[in-house]
Formats: sequence, structure tokens, C-alpha cells
Amino acid sequence: MAMTQFRARALLLTPAGLWYAALLLLPLAVVLIFSFGERSAIGGYAPGFTLEQYANLPARFAAFRNTMTLAPLGTVASLLIAYPLAYFLAVRVSPKWKTMLLVLVIVPFWTSILIRSYAWIFLLGGKGIPALLAQIGLDDVRLLNTPFAVLVGIVYGYLPLMVFPIYVALEKLDKRLLEAAADLGTPPWRAFLQITLPLSMPGVLTGSMLVFILLMGEFLIPAILGGGKVFFVGNALVDLFLQSRNWAFGSAVAVALVVIMLITVALYTRAVKRFGASRDDVGLM
Amino acid sequence: MKNDTKPISRKAFMEELRRYEKGSVTRRHFLGVTGLGTAMAVMGGAMPGLLPTRARAQEIGDRVVLATWPNYHDPANFDAFTDATGAYTQVNVFGSNEEMLAKIQAGGSGWDVFVPTNYAVPTYVEAGLIEPLDLSKIPNYDPAAFDSRFADAGTIDGVVYGVPKNWGTTGIAFNSDKTGGVVDSWKTFFDGARDQFDGRAMVHDYQLTTIGNALVYHGFSFNSVDPAELAQAEKLLIDVKPHLYAISSDYQPAMRNGDAWLTMCWTGDGKQMNSDMPEIGFALGKEGGEIWSDFYAIPKGAPHKEAAYALINFLLDPQVNARESLAHGYPVADSRTNALLPEELLNDPILYPAAEALAPLEFGAAVTLTDPNRAELMARFKSA
Repeated sequence: MAMTQFRARALLLTPAGLWYAALLLLPLAVVLIFSFGERSAIGGYAPGFTLEQYANLPARFAAFRNTMTLAPLGTVASLLIAYPLAYFLAVRVSPKWKTMLLVLVIVPFWTSILIRSYAWIFLLGGKGIPALLAQIGLDDVRLLNTPFAVLVGIVYGYLPLMVFPIYVALEKLDKRLLEAAADLGTPPWRAFLQITLPLSMPGVLTGSMLVFILLMGEFLIPAILGGGKVFFVGNALVDLFLQSRNWAFGSAVAVALVVIMLITVALYTRAVKRFGASRDDVGLM
Repeated sequence: MKNDTKPISRKAFMEELRRYEKGSVTRRHFLGVTGLGTAMAVMGGAMPGLLPTRARAQEIGDRVVLATWPNYHDPANFDAFTDATGAYTQVNVFGSNEEMLAKIQAGGSGWDVFVPTNYAVPTYVEAGLIEPLDLSKIPNYDPAAFDSRFADAGTIDGVVYGVPKNWGTTGIAFNSDKTGGVVDSWKTFFDGARDQFDGRAMVHDYQLTTIGNALVYHGFSFNSVDPAELAQAEKLLIDVKPHLYAISSDYQPAMRNGDAWLTMCWTGDGKQMNSDMPEIGFALGKEGGEIWSDFYAIPKGAPHKEAAYALINFLLDPQVNARESLAHGYPVADSRTNALLPEELLNDPILYPAAEALAPLEFGAAVTLTDPNRAELMARFKSA
């Protein structure tokens, strides 16, 4: 009996195991090995064992700084917009409309982020929003190809990833707790701060983590809406692998990025424990 | 109507045969007007072994994979190639020679034909990534008909690795309605970008041209890898950066909607924008800049090598090549092709600038492709 159970488990886990081994662990190992190598004379990778690439990491300081600034900023901005929306969807909307409104949140995902980002080029470009602003007397407003444009693109692109985890957490909220609080004379704002917000924290943390991690690797939105002037680690990696073909240094930058993300996830896990959420509640992570 | 159904006369047939033998009409045209094509198709229906496409499809395979640059072909020519040979052309578009080289270096690109620029060819040869060409399989390539300035870079140590596709320049496109006149120097370009064109100038997201033209601004060689000269170019670029509209090689949309007023620009893009919007002009930098030549080449290990030769040969057919040029607006170095192009195109100053405008230009040097300092300079410029 136990043996059959063991076999069944092994069989069921084999596809996922092979998948991760071949497409996650193996490439990671290659990146790690490359990061100790050298750039060959014509570019590409030459075997070696040196810490030179890691010593050279400060050369991409600006890229890390830009990413570490705009990724948290983008996460916070998404959160501030997503929370009221999720609250509205989970608590206030009548069930009749709920499904349709939820679908509307997902609808943008039906089109590629590349095309949606290009659409923002026209909205933020000279013939778009700045032209409207000129009508009311605000002349020569430049929006496109600025960090602000990148922030707008980030929030737009990642908002649904923030809305859903928070929505799920708020949906599960036991409304009787709020009724009890009201019966005992707690004002609504206090009930929100002491009951609703803490109980929705797992969703907030999951959404923030999802958005933050994806933003750390982002390169498309800065390239398209930043006009090549807003340079993320992701853009540095693209250039290192495809333009200057310094694969060894590129690998070291990639490893550094993975390490930063691991530290962030570790901090996140501790934060989750502090809020007393069990692992099951944070299913998405 | 009557002529269509009537078989071709003996005299007309012999005339068409002569024209075909001389190469002044394509095989397809010949088969079409003589009715031989129809005859072959009918007979092929009855006796499948006679059907030419099928026979040749076995020879060259059913596909050929081409790695090339954006807006660089007439799609109708690929359809004609499929009609003639049965092989379908799968097109992959790239943004830079560096990117192309990275893909080939990584291995397993699966490409049959690619189009390296002059300065990239030596690196491919050195790394053993490019196939020496068997010219007997490219009868449409007639070295005597090609301007050697644009053909020489394809040959290294007497071995031909690439046959010339097109040539062109990297100059300045400017919207004269906004700039108030011609911008024909890198001095005006970079100084204006910080002054009267603040927030309106674009440079390529490409180390060769962006660094090269900043070097030319200071009077240095477009190809310099001298650290002291590169340091001056870097200072200029970092100083200009906050005033730039964008660092991007995709400059047509911003130029066309008026957000950008001037940009570094390749010949064909300049021609395409000028045709649609006459106020957008194109000029070469007085101080210098880049002149370049692209080549058809075959990477080592091309999976459909016979099809690769067939495609290159097809595209070098002067008739086909002329149609290509009309579509993309880049000049051709082949006198046979130029003989077929309309006079106004040959006199177009964007495509064929005057000799004195071309004189200060430089061909990119192989060292710029692999120099680590230029690559790092570009990264510092972009992240500044």
C-alpha cells in the first residue's frame, strides 16, 4: 500500500521534476558557471575561473539603482490603486455585477504587453495627452521617454497581478467580524484598520511580491516607454548578451539579480510569519 | 484574347529564348510568354515526375531561413521565389550585427542566409562561423558588374564569404519645418540637441553609429578605439543625454508624428520618410560618418544550403534586385540592376549622394564590433 502510494507520487511528480531540472536548474547552473568565466576576444564566453566579473559589478550600479528605485515605487503605486479596487470588487459590488467586473480586470491580458505598451507611446506622445493638456493652456508637457512614463506603463501592465490576490483575501473575510465590531461601537475606519487590513495582508504581500519580482526583471516597458534612456538591470542584461556579447559579465549580473530577489523573498517570508498567516493562505507564493 | 489562346509563333519563341539566354528576362517570364510553363504544368499533372517544382523541391528542400534587417526586402519577391522553386522563405528580422553575431555564436540559429555588414565579416571568418561561397552556384553574381568599393569587404584573403546586397550611409534626418533648415553636420546635431533642439533629437541604440558620430564631432575617426578619444566622445554623449528625445534605432514613428525633429538615420529610412513627408530631409554629416555595405552570406552548418544558394542567386537577379531596391530605398552596387532602375531614383541625392559628400565617410572597422571599451561606454551612456 505504502509502496503504491510512493510510486503514484513519484509518477505524478516526474513531469514537474523533469521540467524544473531541464528548464530551471540546468540553465541556472550554466549561468553560474559562465559568471566565473571570461569574455572571449570576439565576444561570447571563454572558460576560466575568475572573480573579475563580480568585481566589475559596480559598472552596472546605475542599472541596479534605477531598478531598485522604480520597482518598489511601481509596486507601491500599483498597491495604492489596486487595494481600493479589490475592496470595491470583493465587498461592495452586488454579486450580479461581480463576475463581469472581474473579467474586465483580466481583459487587458488578452492582448500582448508589447502591443499595449506601444499603445501608450501614442497616448503619452506629443499627439496624445500632451496635446489635450495644451488645450487647457499647459504647453509643451513632455511625458513620453521619461521615468514617469515607465512608471505609468508598469502600473498599467501589472495592476491585475496586484488586484487578484487582494481580492481573494478580502473575499474570504468573515463579514460577521465587522458586524460584531460595529455592535461593540467601533467606528468603521477603526474596524478597517484593525480587522479588514490585517486580514487582507496575505493578499497584499502576495500581490506586492508578484509585482516586485517581475518588475526586477523588467526590460520591455523601460525600453519602449523610457525611450532607451531609462535603463533597468533587465536592459543591461539584454545589451550584455545581445550587443556587447559579454556573456560572463552578463551572467554575473544575472546571478546578482537572483541573489537580490532571494533576499527579498526571505524578507517577505518573515513578514508573512509576522502577520500570522499560515503558509496555505499565501498559496500563490 | 485571341493571342492568349494561340500558341506563340516560331519567330517570337526564338526571340524570347534569346532574351532568356542573355538573361534579360527571368525564367519565369520566359516560361510564361512561351506557354512552356503551362505545357509543363499540364504534362506534370498527367506525369507527376515532370513537374519542375516537385523535382526541384527535392533538390533544395521546402524552405530557406533568412536572417535580415527590418524593411529590407520586397515580400513579393519571396512569393516569386516560392513559385519558382517550391521553397518557402522564412524571414527573421534583427536590430544589429551584434545581435546577429550573438545568435550565431550561441549555436543552432537554424539560418541559411544572413546579411552581415562589411565590418562584421572578418569576425565571422575569424570565429569560423561563415561558409566560403561556391560562386558557381550563384551565376547571377557578376563581380565585373559590381562597384568594388561595396564588394571587397565580402572577400577575405582571396576567399569570397559574402556577395553584395546593398550599400548605404548613416546620416542625419531632420524635419525642416521644425529645425528651420538643413542639418548637415554632427556639430549642429550634438550642439543643437543641447540648445535649440532640446528634447527633440534621437541617437541610435547602437554603439557603432552613436559613438562613431560623437567621435566624428570631435574630429576623430568614426572607428577610433583610442581610450583618450573615446573618453571625449563619452563626455559629449553623457552631456547630451538629458536633452535627447530618445536612444532608439526605431526613429521613424517619432519623426513622423513630429515628436522628434532630427535623428541619426540610415539611407533607406531617410528615403522612406522623405517620400511620404517631403519636409523630412536627409543629409550626411560634413565632418564624416559611416558608409556601409551589406552582404548575402551563408552561416556554417546552414540546414538548407542548396536553398540558400538558390535564394541568393534569385535575389541577385537584376530584375529581382531592382524590385527590391524600389521597395526598400537602399542603393545597389550592381550596374546591371541600376540599368533597370528609374532615372529619378538614380539621381536621388538621398540614395546616391554626390561624391564629395561621400568622401569624408568611413567604412566601419572590424575592431569596433568586438572592442569591449566601446560596449562598456555605450552601457554607461544608456544608464547615466
